[in-house]
Amino acid sequence: MTETIKFKLNGKPLQLTADTDRMLLWVLRTDLGLTGTKFGCGESFCGACTVLVNDLAVRSCSTPLKYVHDKEIVTIEGLAKDGRLHPLQKAFMDHDALQCGYCTPGMIMNAYSLLKKHPRPSDAEIVEGMDDNFCRCGAHTRIVQAIHVAAKEMEGGR
Amino acid sequence: MKNDEYTGLEFLEQPSGNEINRRDFFKTAGSGIFLLFTIGDSLMSAQDRQGRPQRGVPTDFNAFLKIGEDGRVSCYVGKIEMGQGVVTSLGQMLADELDAPLESVDMVMGDTDLCPWDMGTFGSLSTRSFGPSLRMAGAEARQVLLELGSDYLKVPTDRLTTENGFVLDSTSEQHKVAYAQLAKGKKIERRPTGKVSVKKPGEFRIMNKSLVRRDAQEKVTGKAKYAGDIQLPGMLHARILRPPAHDSKLISADISEAKRVDGVQVIKEGDFVAVLHKYPDVADVALSKVKAKFEIPKSDLNDKNIFDHLLKVAPAGKVVAKEGSLQAGESGAKTLVEATYFNDYVAHSPMEPHTAVAIVEGGKATVWPSTQNPFTAKEEIAKELGFPSENVRVITPFVGGGFGGKTRNLQAVEAARLSKMTGKPVQVAYSRKEEFFYDAFRPAAVVKIKSGITEKGKISLWDYHVYFAGERGSQMFYDIPNYSTIAYNSSWVGAAGSHPFLTGPWRAPGNNTNSYAREVQIDMMAEKAGMDPVDFRLQNMVNKKMLGVLKAAAEKFGWKPAKSPSGRGFGVACGIDAGTFVASIAEVEVNMSTGGVKVKRVVCAQDMGLVINPEGATIQMEGCIMMGLGYALTERVMFKGGEVLNRNFDSYEIPRFSWLPKIETVILDDKGADPQGGGEPAIVVMGGLIANAIYDAIGVRLYQLPMTPERIKEALKKT
Repeated sequence: MTETIKFKLNGKPLQLTADTDRMLLWVLRTDLGLTGTKFGCGESFCGACTVLVNDLAVRSCSTPLKYVHDKEIVTIEGLAKDGRLHPLQKAFMDHDALQCGYCTPGMIMNAYSLLKKHPRPSDAEIVEGMDDNFCRCGAHTRIVQAIHVAAKEMEGGR
Repeated sequence: MKNDEYTGLEFLEQPSGNEINRRDFFKTAGSGIFLLFTIGDSLMSAQDRQGRPQRGVPTDFNAFLKIGEDGRVSCYVGKIEMGQGVVTSLGQMLADELDAPLESVDMVMGDTDLCPWDMGTFGSLSTRSFGPSLRMAGAEARQVLLELGSDYLKVPTDRLTTENGFVLDSTSEQHKVAYAQLAKGKKIERRPTGKVSVKKPGEFRIMNKSLVRRDAQEKVTGKAKYAGDIQLPGMLHARILRPPAHDSKLISADISEAKRVDGVQVIKEGDFVAVLHKYPDVADVALSKVKAKFEIPKSDLNDKNIFDHLLKVAPAGKVVAKEGSLQAGESGAKTLVEATYFNDYVAHSPMEPHTAVAIVEGGKATVWPSTQNPFTAKEEIAKELGFPSENVRVITPFVGGGFGGKTRNLQAVEAARLSKMTGKPVQVAYSRKEEFFYDAFRPAAVVKIKSGITEKGKISLWDYHVYFAGERGSQMFYDIPNYSTIAYNSSWVGAAGSHPFLTGPWRAPGNNTNSYAREVQIDMMAEKAGMDPVDFRLQNMVNKKMLGVLKAAAEKFGWKPAKSPSGRGFGVACGIDAGTFVASIAEVEVNMSTGGVKVKRVVCAQDMGLVINPEGATIQMEGCIMMGLGYALTERVMFKGGEVLNRNFDSYEIPRFSWLPKIETVILDDKGADPQGGGEPAIVVMGGLIANAIYDAIGVRLYQLPMTPERIKEALKKT
């Protein structure tokens, strides 16, 4: 149903009047023009649409807008601060942790959430935490490396 | 040579089939130094395949470089970037040959108005076929710059050198001129003279070095635009009514309820029914309100009986290779091995489903599709709209994975059609369900092999029959005196009545099937000969490159000879694709109660001639290994008649992080050789590799891909 909701998007407060049963993915991509978050499967299997809600990774394709009321959303567009790439973005670049790049925003957002939970993850923790994010090009081995490097970089803050 | 000796562009307006286009083209191309060149044989195919002159750009070249007045070097070519990294590797080659900074080089790709005609991006051809032509063009353009520099600096060319975008006097390096200065106010067109040499490996400054992808920053920040990210003012998102099964007929469609959805526009033209809305999810809701009845043709075909059907309807075989006499081979053999191999249909499933944005106005169409062949898309769109093809422009954005699946452009045609009908920009983006339905799958295929070995363990006979996979990868690289290869239906597209849906090229088409069958058969012969599978292969090979990669893989793996099944779970397989030689060795573990396979380690050695970007090539190898685990272990399209049963990733399992083996790669860098393909070779061995490793672990042969837990358990029961 149509109602007005408030949330923070990439650090900025926002008020939106919309049908709050609509899924966050489409509101982000079409209403708000943030196309970095991708559609992959529409049923929460692949992780291409992953964004952060209160620092936790959620699948925006299956998250109704009403769920984010009064919460804080971060998308791939909001990760770099003051023109400085987030250590995860930098590590994905430096370690060639991408090919076609379509799954990349979802991978990075999911990894962010993973590092909140496990600041210095083991290989096994990375594999477990990333297992529901799909990459068809096969960049997996590089993504695991990149997450380790970013974790090290992020020690003691950020 | 003096400036006025260069061919001025005005002289090009001699009568030719494309006179007007040519003049128009250069009018819009601006000032600078141009080098027009051709890539391999694709120019010929442009004329052969299309049978008509191409529009927009002249047809007597299919790529060109421009050194602009701003010093930027642009290469215009119809190839596209879909993750394989050619924006980086092609840029590297050009910058190196030209001695220009890599940052000053732009690859302008996949825009049908700006780039000359190109057949499409597939077959690992971008680096292998385009690469040498591009390097040559870069070297020729450098020569032009030297000559212009000689004029400008009043120094003979043999005293000049080039570095980092400058021509400089080698006796006084401060005496120099920038490429930008030399291009200023000029319109110089040149063709390759054939008299200039490309750099020798020792002279490389940018090539043959690992570089970070040039598109990485855009991709990690979410700025990279894929087709679905293109948003035009007033754009509508379309959802199209789809049949439940292929070859179904629409009987009726009641659109009255769909029309009631606020802001929705419903189109019904014959059996084409679409709903459009400014929000895609609202269009989804509207589509769900269309009440449609379809007539589904009766068919008993399914994913189990398809192989009997294919063998029944197979066309006559075509001999694609023959040597010696099969009879002699058979009588010289001590042991004969006969087997039949099967593989199921496999989907491409790129992470980005087929998507396109189109705007049709004033008799012109501009379309941004996810495609591997923009020039084919252009013709398809022109045909649908009834426009002359010069009124259609296709611009290829970043493509989110292709693997051969984005060579059909139905979504682009649909977007253009709907934009013409509604007068608004339209986006058509497939759902995952549509992606699985309209994919042109890798064909199901059958291979029958009869082979023989002599008392001394030499292969004496190879009688090979491949049905529906095509012949790619069936070329024999083992040293066999008597062999014959027969292909029944020699393409990935089946003759009418063979497949229940479309089939098409899938990363290294045909080769995955052929290499799987061959390498399992070789393993069985090694066992019959009482030999270690690596030793048996080495004993039956004379090809130096293949021997090189197999030895390199064995060394890296730490291979210790043993007869299979050794219980260790070690497997080996070799293959050739796109001119590149591959040998891989794997270690697997099989869970006897679940039938599940864990691939623990894969070592892959590859000889791909000169490596342009070693890191980029390694990444392609890793990607091939990971993707190849899917068709080896889980990926299969299930169907009932024309109804595809897997419609999302819950029922079609692709490789994921928990499958990740330890991957080690070796590249035998043959710097003196031409670069070969790198996007596909390492995937071709994966089926045979894992099958052989499973056999080594548990002593069970798997004759069908994928080797699912159910199939492994079933095979275990039989032994």
